Formats: sequence, structure tokens, C-alpha cells
Amino acid sequence: MKVMIRHQRREVEVRGRRRVRELLVELGVNPESVLVIRGAQLLTHDAQLGDDDTIELRPVVSGGID
Amino acid sequence: MRCQRCRGDAVVEVRRHHAAFCSDHFIEFFDRQVQRAIEDERMFTRDDRVLVAVSGGKDSLALWDVLRRLGYAATGLYINLGIGGYSDDSHRKTVAYADAHGADLLVADIPQEFGMSVEELARATRRVSCSACGLSKRYLFNRVAIDHGFTVVATGHNLDDEAAVLLGNLLHWQTEYLARQSPVLSSTHPKLARKVKPLYRIAEREAAAYAIVRGIDYIVDECPNSVGAKSLLYKEALNLLEQASPGAKQSLYWGFLERGRALLGTQGVVALRACVHCGQPTTAEVCAFCRMTERAAERMRVRRGGGAGAPAAAAPVGAAGAPDAGGSG
Repeated sequence: MKVMIRHQRREVEVRGRRRVRELLVELGVNPESVLVIRGAQLLTHDAQLGDDDTIELRPVVSGGID
Repeated sequence: MRCQRCRGDAVVEVRRHHAAFCSDHFIEFFDRQVQRAIEDERMFTRDDRVLVAVSGGKDSLALWDVLRRLGYAATGLYINLGIGGYSDDSHRKTVAYADAHGADLLVADIPQEFGMSVEELARATRRVSCSACGLSKRYLFNRVAIDHGFTVVATGHNLDDEAAVLLGNLLHWQTEYLARQSPVLSSTHPKLARKVKPLYRIAEREAAAYAIVRGIDYIVDECPNSVGAKSLLYKEALNLLEQASPGAKQSLYWGFLERGRALLGTQGVVALRACVHCGQPTTAEVCAFCRMTERAAERMRVRRGGGAGAPAAAAPVGAAGAPDAGGSG
């Protein structure tokens, strides 16, 4: 599957079925800091991902707020 | 994962509430949290005219959207900070939302009104960008609200923002700032609008999820000037705690509101008077915004070789009247 990691401005290819929470652990991403999106659909951490999927990890943390 | 309300497929998990929701029930959860924040803290009623500070990001667009859906009279205020492509994109997203939803929008333009962007203001006065930006925004939010007869200014600060500010204030034991930290800052001067934060019960991740579920196109990229901001470090630390112990952020901030702030007394209360230049409320003779823009204009004059008395680079500082505000949808 193709994983777009928006906040790191990179894309990685991951092989094999796994759940969202396993993917985040592998990529070292804190699940509190991102939303996981397939198409226009938000995914929960137990959602199953397959090789044909294109996934976006969208950061949710904004900074610089005074 | 199943929605705890209807047993349909869940799209958002809210671990701090041991819950997961489908799209419809997540919106219902979000609405309930915002409504409760407004009522618990007596922020405003449906008779108030609310000015919503909108940046084009997820939090402020989500706030504007939920307030309008809940039946509040919410007008957006977008401030062009002049931060290159970032400001262009955020303006476009804000106008697109207003046009698509028939929402009222006012626009203030810092480069147009003051002759330089917030980055140039920061450079000219040797401030960090976020400081010049925050000062400019606070000044214009209040001035536009007062000039246009709004009773309250609402900002999109969420639970994570407030918990991060609290952590920063605690790390340095900034007791005056701690005493003033609140989801509601009352008006203590005839020219000071009340400031409220209706998303203080909403986690940052939930605000982003709301925007996506509602189909709101927001600016995902961060302000280029926020790189390295301390608030990001505090948020990262809090998210590590939240991951290991769901509810840590709300426990920290809501616990502070319920039990902590009462211990600090009234040391945050300060006497205000009118700035002698612009009339906006301030603790000093001349407000911090006028001091910043005057200093920046003077530096620009010197840099251009004009010296004192030469034509100012910036427009008259703290000019009276409304900023360049116009309807836009």
C-alpha cells in the first residue's frame, strides 16, 4: 500500500495486510497526532488495510499559537 | 469498531471518553461538547453577535461551522497577515467556506493597512514572528469587534492548545498568566470585547475529524513560522501522555479550571485605559501594537535613509476606524 505522510512530506510503500494501529507503530507515528484517511473516509485504529490501498496520514497538531 | 450509539461502522474513536462514533453520532457528540462549553462558561447566547476569528485552518473553520449550525449569529473575521503563499491559501479556503455556506465574512489586511506584513513587523522590531503575529491578531480581533458592534470574539483554541499553554505556564510558574488562563476573558473596559474559546472541550484530533466529516476544505499545511515553536514541543509531550493514558490532557486542563485556578486568586486582573494613539484598551499610555508599528515604521524610515520626519513607510499607526473590512459571501 501507498502511505502519504503529510507532515513529513514523504510517501512510503508498505507490503502486506495490517491494521491501522500496526501501521502507525511501524512508522513510529503517535496515533494521537494524526488522522488516517482512505479516499475521503476516516479510519479507526482497528481498520484493516490492504496492498491496493492508498492511505493519508494527516497531521492534526497546529503550532505557533500564542 | 462500532459506533457506541447506533452500532454502525465507527469513523472516529474518542479514547478519552471510551467511545467511538459513526459520522452522524460524532457530529452529535461534537455539538454537545461545544454547546456544553458555551453554557457552562456562559460564553454567549443566541442574542449575541459573535465575531469568529477564522484563519482557514481546521479549528477556526470547524468553530465557525458548528456555531452557525447551532443557531448562533456568527460572522467570520479573516486577517491577512501577509505570510506569502500561506496567507493566500488560507484566505482562499476561508472565502470558499463563506461562499459555499452563505456565511458573513469580514476581512482585515495588515500589509494594506500598516504597510508591512507581520514578518516584516517582527523583523523590524526584533520580535519572533509568532509574537508580532499574536499581538497583531489580538489587536485587530478586538478593534473590528468593537467597531462593528460585536459583543464577543470567539477563537478556535481547542483542548490541546489550552493544555499546551497550561503546561508551558506551569513549567515556568508564570502565576500571572496562570491566573488569567480561562475559556472566557470578560470585558473589563468599554472598548474590550469578551473573548471566548468554545472548543476548549474538543481535542485537536476531534476538531480535524469534524472538519473532514463535515467536508470542510481547510489549510492542512502549518504556518511556515511555527516551525520550532515551543507549543509544538508541549503538544508532543502531552500526546505521549495521552497515548499511554487517555484523558490526560482533559484531566490536566479541566482539572485546572475546576480546582487549580481558584487557588490563584485575582492577580491576573489589570487596570485598563485607552491608548493615547488609537483608543484601544491597554495597560500603558501607548498600546503594545501602536508601539510595535511605530517602531517598525521608524526603522523602515531609517533604513531607507529618510531619517526622522521623512514620510512613514507604514500607514498612520493605529488609524481610527474599521480596518479594510468588506463582505465576502
